[in-house]
Amino acid sequence: MASTLPSRRRFLALSGLTALSVSLTAACGGDDSGGKPAADGKVTFAWWNIATTEPGKSLFPQISSAFTAAHPNIKIETTSLENEAFKSKLTATTSSGKLPDVFQTWGGGVLRQQVDAGLVEDLTDAFGWSSDLTPVSLQAYQIEGRTYGVPYDIGMVGFWYNKKLFAKAGITAPPATWADLLEDVKKLKAAGVTPIALAGKEKWPGHYYWAYLAMRVAGLPALQQAATTKDFTGAGFVQAGTHLKELVDLQPFQTAFLGAGYATPGGQAATMGNGKAAMELMGQWAPSVQQDAGADLGADLGFFPFPTVDGGVGQATEVFGGGGGFALRKGAPKEALDFLKFLVLENESKLLASNGYLPVVKGAERQLTDANKKVVADSLVKATGFQLFLDQAYPPAVGQEVNDSVADLIAGKKTPEQVTRSITEAAKGA
Amino acid sequence: MPSSVVAPAKDPAEKRTGGAVPVHSHAPARSLPRGLGSWASIAWFLVPALVLFLVFVLAPIAVAVHTSFFKWGGIGSMDDFVGFENYTRLFADQVFLGDMGRGLYLIVLSITVQLPFALFTAVLLNQKLRGRAVYRMLFFAPYILSEVVTAVLFTMIFLPGDGMADHLAGALGLEGLQGKWLADPSTVMPTLFVVMTWKYFGFHMMLLLAGLQSIPREILDAASIDGAGAWQRFRYVMLPLLGPTIRISVFLSVIGAIQLFDLVWVMTAGGPNHSSETMAISMFQFGFKRYQVGYASAISVVLFMISLVFSLFYQRYVLRRDLSGAVTTGGGR
Repeated sequence: MASTLPSRRRFLALSGLTALSVSLTAACGGDDSGGKPAADGKVTFAWWNIATTEPGKSLFPQISSAFTAAHPNIKIETTSLENEAFKSKLTATTSSGKLPDVFQTWGGGVLRQQVDAGLVEDLTDAFGWSSDLTPVSLQAYQIEGRTYGVPYDIGMVGFWYNKKLFAKAGITAPPATWADLLEDVKKLKAAGVTPIALAGKEKWPGHYYWAYLAMRVAGLPALQQAATTKDFTGAGFVQAGTHLKELVDLQPFQTAFLGAGYATPGGQAATMGNGKAAMELMGQWAPSVQQDAGADLGADLGFFPFPTVDGGVGQATEVFGGGGGFALRKGAPKEALDFLKFLVLENESKLLASNGYLPVVKGAERQLTDANKKVVADSLVKATGFQLFLDQAYPPAVGQEVNDSVADLIAGKKTPEQVTRSITEAAKGA
Repeated sequence: MPSSVVAPAKDPAEKRTGGAVPVHSHAPARSLPRGLGSWASIAWFLVPALVLFLVFVLAPIAVAVHTSFFKWGGIGSMDDFVGFENYTRLFADQVFLGDMGRGLYLIVLSITVQLPFALFTAVLLNQKLRGRAVYRMLFFAPYILSEVVTAVLFTMIFLPGDGMADHLAGALGLEGLQGKWLADPSTVMPTLFVVMTWKYFGFHMMLLLAGLQSIPREILDAASIDGAGAWQRFRYVMLPLLGPTIRISVFLSVIGAIQLFDLVWVMTAGGPNHSSETMAISMFQFGFKRYQVGYASAISVVLFMISLVFSLFYQRYVLRRDLSGAVTTGGGR
């Protein structure tokens, strides 16, 4: 018996060896992330994405193995992380000054910070095929005329509504102006229907209202200008808050919305999917999340763009949204961009067929079959202006302050003026 | 990291030969105290622990303090030195001041409600009772659950409309509470405290049970013979003898309440509208959502200082008695 066990000394030697080899592999691991071509001509690069749910979860690995099968000298090391986990991990990695070769980005303020720190590859010159993509999909990754990311998805926010519940309240056509919307909310309430589902706990769904109202009242240029002047106290922004307050004062949201999550059980998407609220202001992913968290509304689900505001300068064709893209670490192997070209250009029909993405390639919207997706894609193609999600467009501190103070406005804790002052303060301090 | 632990191996080997010099008996070397060799070996054995402590405890604290004097977004070089600005901003921030108030609220409730409740169940389960092992296990079980699992569980229970809590409130005629719980600024803190109590009272109960069982039977018997009733035995014999356990229990409650994060983060994320935010949550918000790492570091330093100062004072003035008191030495078994 005893002879089969290693002796004590042997055991100590073994554990010493293990410790040594762990430190050795750790040291090697550190060097590996550089992604330099090895002596045998093999190129390895790291790819961080957020495809942890279907369809991306199975589609992305398929695409990457198809690419490596066609290019045997390339090896892709994939890391898939859940949205929030990805953001935390990328923050930690960024502060060490080492980004992965190819990483998920939403563009806007975060990308700008990374670019300013000199961590991101400027793709403008190598990215000739960008002309095949829709301009609206590229906008979030363009900073001072240079392009720093490749989009694979683009979408927009609008009202998703339950046609059956609208009919029940005697509403025949979706509202075209803010005043109409307020009227419809009153009608829905009178008919005993909860007009709007909102995830108050998560704050970002609430900021859509304020942002869209600011776009409609003050206009796109005002939002872009505020990003540079860091002054959000203009009359247009205050008025956006006042209009939002008009809506909040009607108490249009479901009971206990302040504690509701978005995709969690009993949250905004479930409330909408289960037919317990008549509408929600949400991005292109809303139908699939409704289906996931509640039930599929099917043909009862409709989409209408955010209404215009009387006296405001914004048009109904100006859209608010964002998408997903990939950026390259400064000095990443150029094969990585070839991979992105393969991913986006040659697999666009696969991405669209999976029903999880919207087209970024010009003309690809014709391939869509789903009626609601078609409406969204068409609105994007016809868009006369585009504003990226504020919590991505602005530096993170400003974006979070927008979310926070708009949530306070919705809860009745801040006045429209206080909201604009808080955001301005955060912008000046950031 | 392991490499740095392995690396010093050569260095002390040289020291050891240095320590062995007196054996070769050069005259001046003999004057080296014999203790030096043992000091060297003590040092040699301490090195791994000290290195780990330095690298994983002291160095991060130093880095956090250093970072808290800068305005830094987490990217690039730290070059915007702002002195104490982060701290002055912190103590003018209504949310952070509220965090401290909410921490105090939880501490006070923990000590005045949760602890007596734990003591009550401990005394109860210290009696001869059918199936008391089962009860002990049941009451202790929540403590073993992970905080996140607990939080998800209670999110379901407090779900507006369909949750168990709403049904229960309806059945009890408390319709006013329905749909509130975690979703209303006025009810969120008491609700959180109920969940905390559910999770942690079993742990304190176990501590107190262990304390109760170390009370010698003879003392209680003697009290009975002297004519003490059940209440008097509890008040004048058991309670004083439980002192050390209660003091430790209080200490753990306070530190736990100051650093509370997981439960709250999953259940409410600090909301609605900051009304359940704790210091740890503010720190996370600023560090990982707003990328204001300098400011978040200032929060973490304040959080650390509060915990440290409390621990030092508590140990110096409250726990000191337990080190030389009659209870710890006079138990006799």
